[in-house]
Amino acid sequence: MLRYVIQRLLMMIPTLLVISALVFVIIQLPPGDYLESHIAELQSQGESVDQEKIAFLRHHYGLDKPLYQQYIYWLVGMLQGDFGYSFEYDLPVSDVVGDRLLLTVLVSVFTIIFTWLIAFPIGLYSATHQYSWGDYGLTLLGFIGLATPNFLLALVMLYLANVWFGTSIGGLMDARYIDQPWSWGKFVSILEHLWIPVIVIGTAGTAGMIRRLRANLLDELQKQYVVTGRAKGLPPFKLLTKYPLRMALNFFIADIGSLLPSVISGAEVTAVVLSLPTTGPMLLGALQSQDMYLAGSFLMFLATLTVIGVLLSDLALAVLDPRIRLQGGNP
Amino acid sequence: MNDARKPGQVGAHYVSDAPFDPGSIEVLSPEQERYFLASQWRLMWWKLKHHRLAIVCAFILLLMYASTLVSEMLAPYDLHSRFSGFIFTPPQRVHLFHEGEFVGPFVYAMNSRLDMENLQRIYTEDTDTLHRLRFFCRGDPYEFWGLFDGDLHLVCPAENGTLFLLGTDRLGRDMLSRIIYGTRISLTIGLIGITISFVLGIVIGGIAGYYGGIIDHVVQRIIEILRSFPELPLWMALSAVLPVNWSPVLIFFGITVILALLDWTGLARAVRSKLLALREEDYCVAAQLMGARPRRIIARHLLPGFFSHLVASATLSIPGMILGETALSFLGLGLRPPVTSWGVLLNEAQNINVVALYPWLMLPVVPVIVVILAFNFFGDGLRDAADPYK
Repeated sequence: MLRYVIQRLLMMIPTLLVISALVFVIIQLPPGDYLESHIAELQSQGESVDQEKIAFLRHHYGLDKPLYQQYIYWLVGMLQGDFGYSFEYDLPVSDVVGDRLLLTVLVSVFTIIFTWLIAFPIGLYSATHQYSWGDYGLTLLGFIGLATPNFLLALVMLYLANVWFGTSIGGLMDARYIDQPWSWGKFVSILEHLWIPVIVIGTAGTAGMIRRLRANLLDELQKQYVVTGRAKGLPPFKLLTKYPLRMALNFFIADIGSLLPSVISGAEVTAVVLSLPTTGPMLLGALQSQDMYLAGSFLMFLATLTVIGVLLSDLALAVLDPRIRLQGGNP
Repeated sequence: MNDARKPGQVGAHYVSDAPFDPGSIEVLSPEQERYFLASQWRLMWWKLKHHRLAIVCAFILLLMYASTLVSEMLAPYDLHSRFSGFIFTPPQRVHLFHEGEFVGPFVYAMNSRLDMENLQRIYTEDTDTLHRLRFFCRGDPYEFWGLFDGDLHLVCPAENGTLFLLGTDRLGRDMLSRIIYGTRISLTIGLIGITISFVLGIVIGGIAGYYGGIIDHVVQRIIEILRSFPELPLWMALSAVLPVNWSPVLIFFGITVILALLDWTGLARAVRSKLLALREEDYCVAAQLMGARPRRIIARHLLPGFFSHLVASATLSIPGMILGETALSFLGLGLRPPVTSWGVLLNEAQNINVVALYPWLMLPVVPVIVVILAFNFFGDGLRDAADPYK
């Protein structure tokens, strides 16, 4: 087991390296460097440019060096907790980001739990009642969730909550908690606001989950041991829960790998519409104003979040499923 | 019993002298022969025919794609026609009867009044004035596919009348016409995108699967990394990189390529795993021994074996692209006006005021949902039909 964990951890390093290179290339793609466009912008507004500060930043971030050196600077800086400088906010990136990363994690985790809670019973029902009206109806419902663009669902929910409950549900907490230190009240307030984004983001992933769970469970139910069990008179419910369900549960954990990227994608757009204080709106703003260090760190963070999520699901799977653990991760 | 025959003497037993065909047991009935000799595509079609939902969805998609060929004629108005007196008009209803009398399809005239207190335009139906619809009529002039001028429309408003079946937007443009024109862009973006990712998937997956070894290993890792990256933020980042001074058409192609760049991984994986299995087959070894080059073996001998399967998986990844474009355009990072897609239209429906006051601006989402559902169900049916083992 320990060997498997170490192996899996070591595999993360090249993955993250490649991702960081990819992100770096993307943030380098626009012509000119950030300082040049920043200076041009300041001058067009008639503001004076502090040459010393510019020279300091240029030197500090190695913008006068060749590309590969800049990449190494950026990478080493990130490892030391220096994520670069946000030109739009005129602050180091780590000061700008604040709680946003944590809140993104929170939204993602709750969304995955929500997806599980919805998809599991439906997938179970669909597989055991294959080709029934219930199967078709529930599958269709899941598909409609998949087909409805997140952002529109978010808008409609925002409106409905306003009409029905008379509350403004934009944001992720009551206004009085914004920029306040963490407290119990703040946490409760966040939980109260969390359900709308969770439902909105969750609906998109549910259909895929239901479909995969149904297919997996159907495969399992057609195996011979199920037939044997049935022939020997095992009650249908026990027949379902004893082995096939446990097999399907493994897959549930394994599916985080395909669920997480879509949850995070969905969370970004939904957050823009609902103006959640997560990474979404700020990433969009950073991309639009080409504040590339900020955008780069967000991209890097989202990718790392996915990689760690997949790692956790792999480890959980190894604990659950001896076949994986004993093969040393080479299935 | 003692046999009295001498060696070599023929016994007295019955031999039929009717003509005999030794292959008669293996002769196939015409139906069997039709089935056994049918090509893969034919088998797939026979199977697909029984999947009623998939056929219905295919029909819907076909209709929508056909509509993009004649968008100019289907739309009652031109894409850019503005009616400054009819800003944010609610949808007009088509009536058949006026005061209990059959008149044929018509709409009532719209009266607008500015409510000075709320500064809101209020539209009321004037039930005295009837505007009968005209069919196959002359309306807004257009340039058909940029080739020749025309002004024939399927349906137009009465002379001096208006026809806003789905209302108008903030500039007084007819929503129905804009949605019809948007279909053209939204649907093509999926097709072009999938073509690019199809080619990428086959080439990269083909190389990885055929050569195996270290190339395969590298490609596998790249695919894994790309798949672990959340798509939308990456799409957002890439489209933010597109230069501001590009023309809308160039942006259109840029966005398509961006959508395709992240989408080939699924196809490449499918190609690779199939190739790994098939390259051990005898016919492949035979081709190798005869000196065929890898490119020929992959393209002539291996690909046809699972091409139908690939088409099915490709169909299933079109909806993701269409949704991706919609989301990007909604955020303002995707297509730019005057190029009009459903996402660009939805960009107007960005705040809660729209939901409360002008809900018809959200109507472009209906074709989005229909197309996504249709592609999903059709793709599912296609995949089932293409699977030879079920």
